Amino acid sequence: MPELHDMTASELARVLISGETTSVEITRSLLARIDKLEESIHAYVTVAPESALDMAAEADRMIAAGKAAPLTGIPIAIKDNMCIKDRKTSCGSRILGNFKPPYDATVVRRLKDAGMVILGSANMDEFAMGSSTETSYWGPTRNPWNTEMIPGGSSGGSAAAVAAKEAVVSLGSDTGGSIRLPAAFCGVTGIKPTYGAVSRFGLVAYASSLDQIGPIARDVKDIALLLNLLCGHDPRDSTSVPREYPDFTSVLEKSVKGMTLGLPTEFFSKLDNEDVSRTVADARKTFEDLGIKFVDLSLPHLDYGIAAYYIIAPSEASSNLARYDGVKYGHRAEEYSGIIDMYCNTRAEGFGPEVKRRIMLGTYALSSGYYDAYYVKAAKVRTLITNDFKKAFESCDAIFCPTAPSPAFRIEEKIDDPMQMYLTDVFTIPVNMAGLPGMAIPGGFSRDGLPIGLQLIAPHFKEEVLVQLSAAFQRETDYHLKTPAL
Amino acid sequence: MKITPEEVDYVALLGRLNIGPEEKKKYQAQLDDILKYMDMLAEVDTDNVEPMAGPVELHTPLREDLVLPSLSIEDALANAPAKIGSSFKVPKVIE
Amino acid sequence: MEYEPVIGLEVHAQLLTDSKAFCSCTTRFGNEPNTNTCPICQGMPGVLPVLNRKALEFTVKMALACNCTINETSRFARKNYYYPDLPKNYQISQYELPVAEHGWLDLETNGEIRRIGITRIHMEEDAGKLIHDENRPFSHVDLNRTGVPLVEIVSEPEMRTPEQAADYLRALRSILVYLEVCDGNMQEGSFRCDANVSIRPKGTTALGVKAEVKNMNSFRNVQRALHHEIERQIETLKEGGRIVQETRLFDPSTGTTAPMRSKEQAHDYRYFPDPDLLPLRVEPELVERMRSQLPELPAEKKERFIQLGIPAYDAGVLTASRALADFFERTVELFPNPKAVSNWMMTEFMRELKGEEADISCCPVSPSQLANLLKSVEDGTISGKIAKTVFEEMFRTGKEPEEIIREKGLVQVSDTDELTAACREVLDANAGEVAKYLSGKTKIFGFFVGQVMKKTKGKANPGLVNSIMEEELKKRS
Repeated sequence: MPELHDMTASELARVLISGETTSVEITRSLLARIDKLEESIHAYVTVAPESALDMAAEADRMIAAGKAAPLTGIPIAIKDNMCIKDRKTSCGSRILGNFKPPYDATVVRRLKDAGMVILGSANMDEFAMGSSTETSYWGPTRNPWNTEMIPGGSSGGSAAAVAAKEAVVSLGSDTGGSIRLPAAFCGVTGIKPTYGAVSRFGLVAYASSLDQIGPIARDVKDIALLLNLLCGHDPRDSTSVPREYPDFTSVLEKSVKGMTLGLPTEFFSKLDNEDVSRTVADARKTFEDLGIKFVDLSLPHLDYGIAAYYIIAPSEASSNLARYDGVKYGHRAEEYSGIIDMYCNTRAEGFGPEVKRRIMLGTYALSSGYYDAYYVKAAKVRTLITNDFKKAFESCDAIFCPTAPSPAFRIEEKIDDPMQMYLTDVFTIPVNMAGLPGMAIPGGFSRDGLPIGLQLIAPHFKEEVLVQLSAAFQRETDYHLKTPAL
Repeated sequence: MKITPEEVDYVALLGRLNIGPEEKKKYQAQLDDILKYMDMLAEVDTDNVEPMAGPVELHTPLREDLVLPSLSIEDALANAPAKIGSSFKVPKVIE
Repeated sequence: MEYEPVIGLEVHAQLLTDSKAFCSCTTRFGNEPNTNTCPICQGMPGVLPVLNRKALEFTVKMALACNCTINETSRFARKNYYYPDLPKNYQISQYELPVAEHGWLDLETNGEIRRIGITRIHMEEDAGKLIHDENRPFSHVDLNRTGVPLVEIVSEPEMRTPEQAADYLRALRSILVYLEVCDGNMQEGSFRCDANVSIRPKGTTALGVKAEVKNMNSFRNVQRALHHEIERQIETLKEGGRIVQETRLFDPSTGTTAPMRSKEQAHDYRYFPDPDLLPLRVEPELVERMRSQLPELPAEKKERFIQLGIPAYDAGVLTASRALADFFERTVELFPNPKAVSNWMMTEFMRELKGEEADISCCPVSPSQLANLLKSVEDGTISGKIAKTVFEEMFRTGKEPEEIIREKGLVQVSDTDELTAACREVLDANAGEVAKYLSGKTKIFGFFVGQVMKKTKGKANPGLVNSIMEEELKKRS
């Protein structure tokens, strides 16, 4: 048997049920791995060994009692923006201070009910605003493949933890690419489900109409198991869609022969990175060998995705983040004279530069005199982007493109040039704008040995198509099996 | 210039952010950069296009009018940076 | 130059749902702050709102009663501003697309009907409460009220006098209470009103710069505040000044308005669609169900009471409050003489209730008790005068009228022999007055009757006493 931390969730589930190991042993193995690597990776904001071992012991009792669910006893890392009852939830920010939510996020409740073991909270860009996990108040996370590099963001901790085998699987959230980008940069598999498929209740909001929780794992089999657990209607989230979901593991072995993938010309015309171009070409060959047809298609408003996103997301954020005012919870400045001063100082101290930038940008876009020119205009462009996708899916089962225009970049390379940082999300943002499901899978490596991710995009609630295509690709390739030398 | 120093002050106050003069210069330059990029949206013909507030094409669900227990007073105030009795405490607000 | 005031009103009414607008905390709370809050109404990170069905139903009812068009699709929007009683620092409200629009109410002032347009009716959530420490430099924040559903009713600027404004408010409150969607309590703030006031030269149509007047917690104060504000604006213009758009607070102790001191004057609410709530659809089926549940409204009820023979003014008073009207109708069911019941209620009843703003639910007298009292008068058991005494006693003790009449021995004396004897005794004892009467001073007849009533402690049947006394006096001429 390989080392426990080397195994995927589906492999661990098998040895747990057969009694070859226990959840406590698995959890100890992961905790040891965390101990060894955290100094160089910094994937976690908080690790909770004691409660993790308690949960593992409870999982072992469930298994012994024959009450095991498919993921019972599997250790998981949770992005630091999902509320865990009575546990510090900071959203990568100083402003939340020692905030301990008195409630569990719906997804956390689901994990707990299934007997999963929560290892701790994964590092992230402050309030999920960033593409590099450098804006965290707790310091940057490093890419396990090359610790000089960023892991991608904002769910950089979640992706790095899985890549470094400091967690078996993890949860991230994705507003403009925040699951898919770090998954691609860290060489792991991640999906942003359809908007409305996974409850947002208990997810600390960045941009409510774009945010969506999703899983990150080492292969698509684990992704399917987690989707089974996460997808489902939640009456506490008004944007949660009531519908039935298939068993996502049922399509893992399903043939993809005769399916059609669309190639958006607007994406490919932007590619100027040789490594990425080569990886995409190789992947196309692999898919063609599997019997898949490719069609060129056009998404004419794609070029406006970033501009529209950086109006809509900051607008919503400026309102969502207004509640951090030092009155009910979180940080409060020590020096102030009067209430307005208390607000201004508290927020100036509590938020980092990127968050402040986006608050100001969003406030500007919503303010009197600019609302129509910015917010409404962007919301209309959003309609056009969504319509482009609807039309595109008339001629294909899914859309195929890279996840990012380049592999991971260096820490601090783009931190002072927000506009350059924003362009990292050019391939992922349109998917959030339309609320579509998007999967990032490992597609190869750059000449420098950095992972390169592929992206598959499906129509609303067609996650099973993404699972089916990704599983077929992973049967034919071994990029997802490669692990960084640590 | 897409955004003036006065507008930076205005949005900083609306967003309740105390920013220093050096920071202000930096933010102004960066916001200006970003807003210039946004100019491309003007090219898009959006006549007769409905704005989209979110991706879900359903209507808001309705909850039955049922009362559930509230937080205990301890839990309600557990995270308060400053409290007095069973209230949150803030600097005096003058109307 | 003569000026004409232009008044528009924004009314906020707390809806009588059991739970809050977007969470399941109770809307009934006691005095201890922050005992009825949850992560949602505290605006904790990660929480989401889900709309209370009853709040929508109540809003639709009110909109129908105000003759509004119900929008099949409307939208919740966030109104962004910082205030410590607003935990999210935005209020979930409606802006571009409210639930209902284009309504009206007809008001009758001195027999003249005036139609006041209602611009819009929408739903929103209430804020919490700030309690200011008198002596120390801080305020207390209580979030119990946060998230209680409100309906906001915005009128057109179509009122021209403070009295019209007060009439409009009374009509609106009365409808809310009739519908049982709001308790209408102004003192406790479940029915609140802000006024937009401007003036313009009489005969012109353009609107002047308006001031928003807040903090008026009774009908009387609304009138006082508006009178003062109109005067102030006229004076300002006459002195060559300029009206500025601002929010002014009414001070009930001085009867004046003054601008808010807060730096929050420059409002830029940055409304935008709330992404946490989907568009609100009001199904035609729901509208029809609410329409079918509408009770008879004050105006219709008043018309029906007039048809029963009640004077218009009395019908107006009786229907101003649903509880009063219900009391009247239940009494009439048991004592089918509407005029008699109305007369009684307009006089004795109102006197005891101390005016129309008093709460009839505190009235210790039931409709059946009042009906029994009126029956006792009708069948001659007691006199109308005695009935007043009995009623006072009923109001004080809550006892049945029969019981009071029996205990106090108030049954009317109609025994001819007994009354004849009493009359003779009075005449015997007042020989001087009898002589005057017989010499032509017939005006003192009432004196004799009064003496008999005094002798019988008011219990004598006044009609009988009159005829017997006449007979007896004739005998002595």
